[in-house]
Formats: sequence, structure tokens, C-alpha cells
Amino acid sequence: MDRIPILKMGHFLLVTIQVDLYDRLAMDLEADLVKMVSKTGAKGVLIDISAVSIVDSFMGRIIGNIASMSKLLDAETVVVGMQPAVAITLVELGLELPGVHTALNVEKGMELLQGMIVADDVELEEDDDITLS
Amino acid sequence: MANAAQILKSKKDSILELWMKNQLADAGLRDDLMSNEDLRVQSEELVEVLVDNLTDENINNPSSSDFDEVTEILAGISISRARQGYSPRETGVFILSLKEALIEILDTESKSDPLQLYQDTLKVNRLIDSFSIVTFETFLKGREEVILRQTDEIAEISTPVIRVWDGILALPIIGTLDSARTQVVMESLLQEIVETGSSIAILDISGVPAVDSLVAQHLLKAVSATRLMGAECIISGIRPEIAQTIVHLGIDLSNIVTKATLASALKFAFSALRLEVKKRSANTAVN
Repeated sequence: MDRIPILKMGHFLLVTIQVDLYDRLAMDLEADLVKMVSKTGAKGVLIDISAVSIVDSFMGRIIGNIASMSKLLDAETVVVGMQPAVAITLVELGLELPGVHTALNVEKGMELLQGMIVADDVELEEDDDITLS
Repeated sequence: MANAAQILKSKKDSILELWMKNQLADAGLRDDLMSNEDLRVQSEELVEVLVDNLTDENINNPSSSDFDEVTEILAGISISRARQGYSPRETGVFILSLKEALIEILDTESKSDPLQLYQDTLKVNRLIDSFSIVTFETFLKGREEVILRQTDEIAEISTPVIRVWDGILALPIIGTLDSARTQVVMESLLQEIVETGSSIAILDISGVPAVDSLVAQHLLKAVSATRLMGAECIISGIRPEIAQTIVHLGIDLSNIVTKATLASALKFAFSALRLEVKKRSANTAVN
């Protein structure tokens, strides 16, 4: 039984999908990832799908689900490295993944998550100031 | 009593002379498209082959395989004429004036025997009419080929993806957008995004004459696909009448960045990438 490894990097979880996802695997990933987010208190989830060449509506929905669930647990989801063919397929299927952030590659995705975290921290600090004054 | 085929065989040169005379006398002669020498060469070749292959048997049977060579030459002539821009009438006159010449020759030869002349005339008529049909078929085929080739060429007007800045791509779309073309445009745009790692793409539609709901939907798809890949897509070059159309059709572009000109789209892209373009003060050295 395969499992897709979920790596922790600082505040973030990193998932690299190197095989074409079949349904069972995708559902396991969804469950594992949500558990991991809650366990580690991660602020962001980065899913790298640069090796995925085939995508179907189910997989699109799983990615959407992961994003929504992470959002509930206060973590942002970034999907990176989507191939053109996959993007076209998803758009044609009408799955435009609202609520999912996207980036061109892992590097840019990390930058994006960092930026979000920084923005959150700034907001937090501002909130602190207000409570202190 | 000589039969038609024999008469025509013996009078090959007179036929050519008569035919040339008929063609040159015709008001619709296109000496601008083909010199008289070329026309003569063409005519001579046709007369040669036709008269050489003509026998008393096959004169009644235009579809006989003896005439394969004739139809081949005719097909070649009419296809080349279609490409040169001859009108159908001019192409038709070419072969029909041959009939005039043939009948005239028969007329002078068999004056003494009206019945024979009548029958021969009928035969020649049938033969040449069938050749005329071949000529027209191939003429039209030649035209069709020209049209098809042009259609392909129009379809292949490529939409180049331009790198206007590091990380910014621009894609000026010229001409009507249909499903097939949008697909090609979208694919080349996404491919270029992957290759260059650009994070902003500008779709400029100032060259698109009209936007209907279908085109708008295609554009929306392109924008969504770009977003899924992790880049941002700006639509620029929206003319007032197109803006009007989009609003009248009730298409919602509110969640897409739209700009009036490519320049303002570029400005937006610069600010999104936190780039600044500044005028240098006059006393700084030019490097």
C-alpha cells in the first residue's frame, strides 16, 4: 500500500506527488494531510503536482477539499507546478479551484506562503498594539 | 469517303492555325496572364495529343482510355489557369473554341455530304463537350485547393508570445477568436509560462474585432488556466464597444484584472512585481 510522504518544513507541510494519483491514494492523502495539519499546527500546505500529467474531476475535487479543510484549520494551501495540459483539463471540467493559491514552482510557492505568514504576523502584532494601548 | 477521325488527322496543322486564330480573335484573351507563345505551345500540345489518339472507334466514346493523356493535359492546363486567376469563362472559351475550329475543318472537307457532316459534327460536339466538363471539374478543383490552402494559412496565423520583461509575458491576439484558435493560443501561452517561469501574462485583445459570449468564455478559461498554473493573467486592450458588448451580454469579468491599454497592463504588472520605472535625472551619466 503506497503512501504519499508529507514533509514538515518549518511552519509548512510539503507534499510532492510523484506518481499519478489513483482514487484510493488521493483519499488517503486527504485524510493524512488533515491529520498532519492539525498535529503540527502548520500554517501552510504546499502541494507540488509538477509530475502529475493526468488529472480527473475526482482529483480536482480532492485538491479543493484539502484546501477547504486546511482553511478550517487555519492553514493556506498552495498548489504549485501544474502542467499546462492539467490546467486546461481542470478548466474544461469547470474546476477552477477557488480558495486554492497557486504558484509556478516550489520556490515561488514557498515565497507566497512566507508572505502570507508575514502578513498574518504583522496583523497579529497590530492587534497586540491595540490591546496594549 | 474519309471519316471524321481521318480528316482531322490529316488537317492537324490547319486545326491548330484556326484554333489559334479563334483564340487570338477572342475579346477575352488574357495576354496579360499568358504570352501568345505560351498559349500556342499549350494549344499545340493539346491538338497533337488529341488528334494522335483519335480513331474512328473512340470518337464516339469520350470516356475511352485512349483519351487519358488528353484529359491529363486538360486537367493540368485548367488547374494552372485557376491558380493564375483566369475566370471560368476564359478557361471555358479555351476548349470550346477548339470545337469551333474542328467543326470548321470538317465543314470545309465534307461539304458534299451533309448527312456525313452532320453525324461527324455531332460526334465532335459530344467529344469536346465531355472534355469541357473535365476542364471545369479540374478548374473548380484548382480553385477549391487555393481556397483550402488560404483557409489553412489563415488558421495558422500564429499568436506569438512575447517576453516584454523578466517574468512578464504579453500575448497580442489578432483576428477572430474561435474555439480551436483559443485552444492553440491558450496552450502556447501556458507552455511559455512554464518555460520562462513568468508570473504575469497579459492578453491583449485590441486586435479582436468582436467579442461574443463564446469568445468571452474562452478568455475566461484562459485566465483560469493561467491562474491554476500559478501565474496571473491580465486582459488588456478592451475597446469601448467591446466593453459595451460584454456588459450587455451580462458577462462577469469582475474577478479578472482588465486594463484599457497594454501600457496600463504593463504598469500594473510592474507594481505587482514590485518593480519601479523611473526617469533618470539629467546629470547622471548614461552607461
